[in-house]
Amino acid sequence: MANSVAKSTEGAGALLTPSVPPRKSVTGTRLWVAVLFLLPALVLLGSLVVYPIGYSVWRSLYDADGSGFVGLGNYVDLFTDDATLTAVRNTAVWVAVAPALVTALGLIFAVLTERVRWGTAFKLIVFMPMAISMLAAGIIFRLVYEADPDRGVANAVVTSVHDTFSDAAVYPKARPNAQVSDLKASGGGSFTTSGTVQAGTPVLLPLVGIAPNKLPGDPQDAKAAPTGGDRVTGTVWLDFRLGGGGEKGAIDAREKALKGVKVEAVEDGKVVASATSAADGTFSLPAEADGAQLRLPGSNFAAPYNGIDWLGPALVTPAIIGSYVWMWAGFAMVLIAAGLAGVDRNLLEAARVDGANEWQVFRRVTVPLLAPVLSVVLVTLMINVMKVFDLVYIIAPQPSQDEANVLALQLFLSSFGGGGNNGLGSAIGVILLLLVLPVMWVNIRRLRKERQR
Amino acid sequence: MTALDTPARGPSRPAGSSAQDTSVRPRRSLASRVASGAAGGVLRVFLVLVAVFWLVPTFGLLVSSFRDPKDIAESGWWTALTAPAQLTAASYESLLENDAVTGSLLNTVWITVPATLLVILIGAMAGYAFAWMDFKGRDWWFMAVVALLVVPVQVALIPLSSLFGTLGIFGDIIGVVLFHVGFGLPFAIFLLRNFFAEIPRELLEAARLDGAGEARLFLTVVMPLAAPALASLGIFQFLWVWNDMLVALVFSDSGSQPLTVALQQQVRQFGANIDVLAPGAFISMVIPLVVFFAFQRQFVSGVMAGAVK
Repeated sequence: MANSVAKSTEGAGALLTPSVPPRKSVTGTRLWVAVLFLLPALVLLGSLVVYPIGYSVWRSLYDADGSGFVGLGNYVDLFTDDATLTAVRNTAVWVAVAPALVTALGLIFAVLTERVRWGTAFKLIVFMPMAISMLAAGIIFRLVYEADPDRGVANAVVTSVHDTFSDAAVYPKARPNAQVSDLKASGGGSFTTSGTVQAGTPVLLPLVGIAPNKLPGDPQDAKAAPTGGDRVTGTVWLDFRLGGGGEKGAIDAREKALKGVKVEAVEDGKVVASATSAADGTFSLPAEADGAQLRLPGSNFAAPYNGIDWLGPALVTPAIIGSYVWMWAGFAMVLIAAGLAGVDRNLLEAARVDGANEWQVFRRVTVPLLAPVLSVVLVTLMINVMKVFDLVYIIAPQPSQDEANVLALQLFLSSFGGGGNNGLGSAIGVILLLLVLPVMWVNIRRLRKERQR
Repeated sequence: MTALDTPARGPSRPAGSSAQDTSVRPRRSLASRVASGAAGGVLRVFLVLVAVFWLVPTFGLLVSSFRDPKDIAESGWWTALTAPAQLTAASYESLLENDAVTGSLLNTVWITVPATLLVILIGAMAGYAFAWMDFKGRDWWFMAVVALLVVPVQVALIPLSSLFGTLGIFGDIIGVVLFHVGFGLPFAIFLLRNFFAEIPRELLEAARLDGAGEARLFLTVVMPLAAPALASLGIFQFLWVWNDMLVALVFSDSGSQPLTVALQQQVRQFGANIDVLAPGAFISMVIPLVVFFAFQRQFVSGVMAGAVK
């Protein structure tokens, strides 16, 4: 069972080494021929991979320009300096969150796509981001996360959902027409009538400053409020119509109502009553409002909801992790689907016959059977995530770069991005190498085991 | 659809419960069929939503790349869906007339092609030696190569920039190519050695009896047989180098930089440079996407095998 899982994910990286016994030469090779075949590779590996490891370890013990020996000072700096500590912390967050998230999504997709006929098309779509560069993915998501809801699709969705569920109609640029209106600015963005109002005499609250065709929704024509009665009534409307004309301060035909405007009756600085204008712009306050001043509070004119500051300091790392999940979920999905194809269907059927529901089959049978593949995926992703660089470098805008910092980025910034500190940079490189040593060890052990068989 | 629904399974149950079974089954069957039908509907809707979610980011950049910078500044790309008159290829035209961009695209090719071919050739030679030649310490050497599989490229950035500086190839295309060859080799050797080792011994012996030496054996028997593995490796290495930004960022200069680095320099003024970035990103994506759709199988196996890098 476990064998078939391993087989189907063969070549899933060094972690699953296909077992091949050592072969004897068929030609009886002379040594110099073997050397000839191996020399280019060994020279290149020695000078381009092995030598740099040694150099980095040695260099990490010296200061910024390499002139003074500082021992482990660079490593101490790395874990004490605020800037680098953020990088250490963020890399830890990445390693803890991103691989688990990607693997979980990959597992869900792999299991679910088995049940639809167009599963292959789905896999193709989700796997596609693996083909493109991290730079391109970074540019793609930089656009997605643009703060302006008129540019970034993430905030466009967030604001339209928000506006659907909060019905407070606001008119951010509206203001009273100073020449004809009794309304005067009264601090905090609100406007208050200078005179007092009487019950039975409708109050006119004309506003200007918005184009009639920019009003949200489908506004009705404004109507005059009924006269008489013991309530304080009035109308809030847009005292301007397309094409001009009409009398200032009076409700003319085709002038639009402003609905949803909050109107407060204020007496001695205290709100005694409040109402909201209806679709035809009229409002009606109870008798207590008689003799009070009317105020249009600033909330009517507040700036509109602009969505989430995705790339601000607080959310920048989760946002970039989101783009990473987008890129790599397909990888986890395809590997896990290959493992799933090797799972013995009879075991699942047996569980179903025994009365297990789909969730129980998934939780108690499928997942345990897939455990070897899941751990391969998880470890592979962890190694990958430790070195994440391009996405952070591209997506995080300059002001948020410090908050989004990760080890690989800090290495680049320390040594090449103007930091001029090759000692610290080398120390980070050595740390990254140390982090993958356990995997290196597992690879070698697996290989040796196969040799001994 | 599940086995529980099929009446054929009935007789296998204990005889004692069969009376109860027949009275319950029709109702249960109907209920479970309705339930699984509804679940199937929910599942389909969910997967469609996920697929849309996965496509929208790329689609958004694609649409943006065909819009005027002025339109991009004023309204979201989705408005172009209802007003297709906005779409224009002007950004692509001006980009492809820009010598800096076409030059960097050429650099990408000059870096990627040699880095891929060299890794395949040198890796195959070493892989063949590890698979079919006898020499002392062969297994130890191979183990050392396997150990290098997971070495992060970051560890070599600083040492090699000083080494390349000494050699006078810092900022040169040769340096970038060398770096990619060095870090491509462990995986290439590992993959090809395992593939070569599975070639039937009889095939090699037959060729040997015909009088073929090591070199001929390697070139005329082993390499053609290994075509599938070479293709997977080639595609993986090609895309790895084509998509690389970090190595080129460190080791190339303004004359040798590939497209990724040229684009990266525009990111700082993201909003103002979107008319360069959007089409530029797509130009850089064309080749990988073509490779992806044309060679899906090799691509998947290559990426799967090499992801550990």
